[in-house]
Amino acid sequence: MEVDQLQRNFLEYTNLLFREGFLDGQFSQLQLLQDESNPDFVFEVVSLFFEDSERLLNDLTIALDQQNVDFKKIDAHVHQLKGSSSSIGAQRVKNTCIAFRDVCLEQNAEGCLRCLQQVKQEYLLVKTKLEALLRVRVPHLFSLEQQIVAAGGAIPMLNDFC
Amino acid sequence: MAINGVFSRFKMLDKNEGVNNLSPFTDSHEVHVLAVDDSLVDRKVIERLLKITSCKVTAVESGRRALQILGFDEEKTSVGFDGFKVDLIITDYFMPGMTGYELLKKIKGSSNFREIPVVIMSSENVLARIDRCLEEGAEDFIVKPVKLSDVRRLKSYMFGENRIHTKDREFNKRKIDVSLSPSSDEVMSNQSSPSISPRSFSSSPTSHSTTFLDSHIRRLKTSNHD
Repeated sequence: MEVDQLQRNFLEYTNLLFREGFLDGQFSQLQLLQDESNPDFVFEVVSLFFEDSERLLNDLTIALDQQNVDFKKIDAHVHQLKGSSSSIGAQRVKNTCIAFRDVCLEQNAEGCLRCLQQVKQEYLLVKTKLEALLRVRVPHLFSLEQQIVAAGGAIPMLNDFC
Repeated sequence: MAINGVFSRFKMLDKNEGVNNLSPFTDSHEVHVLAVDDSLVDRKVIERLLKITSCKVTAVESGRRALQILGFDEEKTSVGFDGFKVDLIITDYFMPGMTGYELLKKIKGSSNFREIPVVIMSSENVLARIDRCLEEGAEDFIVKPVKLSDVRRLKSYMFGENRIHTKDREFNKRKIDVSLSPSSDEVMSNQSSPSISPRSFSSSPTSHSTTFLDSHIRRLKTSNHD
């Protein structure tokens, strides 16, 4: 029952994230690329996204904190963040970045600060959700054991059935 | 893999016209793709997309690095330079330093490397940009985020059994644009019109099947990326 339930939870949660717009079709694409030879692909890409995003958000904070704001640089960072969020299907982050770039074009520093706040917020939201999702990964053979143990069960030994 | 470079085999096929059923890209030979993208996330994704379609992949983070790894600067001294061989270059458009477009120009401007097909990827669906790339000799233009179907299609029409030969492919590309243009025998470029600027060449009609470029352009016009 454990495995089925876990799998069902995973699907349900993924569907929820799709419905709420946190994830889009590109996330499904990533799932297509995961298989027995690459069982942790989604987890790996999402982890890279987290690292990348945190670096970019940090750079953006610094850039907007300058006396003379370099809007070109800001645009470049936002473009990168837009790209990576789009590549993993983090739809709301991506959309916030699109809006951010428009404000950047206007060279509106205050507007940019507001956008940065928004992006940070959206990023944290999707990060929390993805972390929750990926903790409930569809188990493959050896982690089934881990799941069973974690669920307080024992791994049945062959002797038990003799 | 001690193969003498895929492209030399491809050229051999050109000369041996009788051997038209022989695909050099059988299961025993993997298509080698050089992927260029400054984004770590995108590199990981494109690498996986290509590997899952049975390509060998080398992923680098810049145009400079790509040229370096190709042995670009050594071309002048390379008689029988049997180094790094690629069958396809797929590159992001927007990169710091050298853009994908600049990389494309370098490749197409080189006698040693111009035969390597180059595909451009971009998150921005700007027809003028697409046009500029195609004019410069890009094989195709993929709007990001890249999907499995994009890579499969690309691999299939470029290296599949029903692939169109390089020369014919270029004719076909132009032929399709002829159908968009009311006039012929005129080379029109750099038109800033919302539709794809037509190019026509006086070429003898070759039997052409719809290339995926055609359907791809249709997809760009009707879909709403970004």
